[in-house]
Amino acid sequence: MIDFFKKLFGQSDSSSTAKERLRLVLMTDHLALAPEIIEQMKRDLIDVISRYVEVDRDKVEVNFEREDRALAMLANIPIVAVNRPKGGDGHAAPAPQPAEAAVAAAPSTASQSIADEAPATAAPGAPPKRRRRKKSQNTASQKPATAH
Amino acid sequence: MHVLKQPHDDGSEPNPDARAGDIPAKLGRAIVITSGKGGVGKTTTTANLGTALAARGARVALVDADVGLRNLDIVLGLESRVKYHVLDVLDEQVTLDEALVRDKHNETLFLLAAAQSREKDEVDTQKMRDMIHALRERFDYVLIDCPAGIELGFKNAVAGAQEAIVVCTPEVSAVRDVDRVVGLLGNAFRPQLIVNRLRPAMVKKGKMLSVEDVNAILRLPLLGVIADEPEIIITTNKGEPLARSRDGATASAYHAIAARIAGEDVPAPAPEEAKESFFGKLGSIFGGKR
Repeated sequence: MIDFFKKLFGQSDSSSTAKERLRLVLMTDHLALAPEIIEQMKRDLIDVISRYVEVDRDKVEVNFEREDRALAMLANIPIVAVNRPKGGDGHAAPAPQPAEAAVAAAPSTASQSIADEAPATAAPGAPPKRRRRKKSQNTASQKPATAH
Repeated sequence: MHVLKQPHDDGSEPNPDARAGDIPAKLGRAIVITSGKGGVGKTTTTANLGTALAARGARVALVDADVGLRNLDIVLGLESRVKYHVLDVLDEQVTLDEALVRDKHNETLFLLAAAQSREKDEVDTQKMRDMIHALRERFDYVLIDCPAGIELGFKNAVAGAQEAIVVCTPEVSAVRDVDRVVGLLGNAFRPQLIVNRLRPAMVKKGKMLSVEDVNAILRLPLLGVIADEPEIIITTNKGEPLARSRDGATASAYHAIAARIAGEDVPAPAPEEAKESFFGKLGSIFGGKR
């Protein structure tokens, strides 16, 4: 049906496909990081945040976006529950700083068992849209390490 | 007659007294025309921009830096006049004046051809830089047609330049390669963008990246847009760059780019109507994501 309308109205997606493919490929080009490394970074990120709050590991999204010729890393980390720090592993103090962005990125105010209803406003299955910049970095994108 | 001329007395220094009366007061601008990817129209762009700049009365030298794959001469229709090439000059077999070929139609347009039967790695980067400097002493513009790739040929072509024009077609591969080249160039060359081979009708139908799409990624000052016109192929067949005339949209586009290069405040390029039709909008609403 949708395709029918698109054909009828002369709307084709191939330029959008091109844009998206370019976006992705350039992201990796600029990062100059192997996909495994990015996965590892994602796991480490979740591990750190998990010290403070319980996150839904399966729904964590880490993306990179371009701003001018720089890259920004955007993380969307749904919080399932807030763990009061147990104080066991050298993180006795609540130290909210590192987890701040993750809290702000939570789909709703963190409380028990709210995770399932949280994305109500978003498309089914898709994580909520609200995101917060986790970290902005001007990577080696301007001058790749291999330059000159 | 292939007489080996005397090398410069002091080796590396360019010959200053040749055509001394014509030396401009200040150094000309050396602009490298590059893209990374092959086949996007660097040579055609170089030929046409050189022609258009010369038509403005500027003294222009076109340097074919694509050693081993000489092409600029045939696009300009000067292939039968070429006797010596870049490497002959770099090897000090001939002087610049002997190697420079004057254009058939334009008094102020000159070509320095590439060597056809030599290898790119035979070019000495420092000598290339010196040669471009020598050309800047007597020309207003030195346009350097860069080979495809980012290896030694690219580095040599870029060596003497202060500015860069990057040519990009609205294709994923070309955009990616230009992105890479711009990263390699860095900010020192103040790269400016020419979008080449655009098909506005396809863009309208969402079947081709638009200039805005391309430049949303590259984010470079837009020098101009050249449509994908059959007349470009026809003029190349004949060895008569399109910009030799001023008739038609494409020739005008080249002349407008030349004016912008010269610093004239020509109206910003308006390549296509980016506006979507009502039905197109309707289609995208029904289609959800675009």
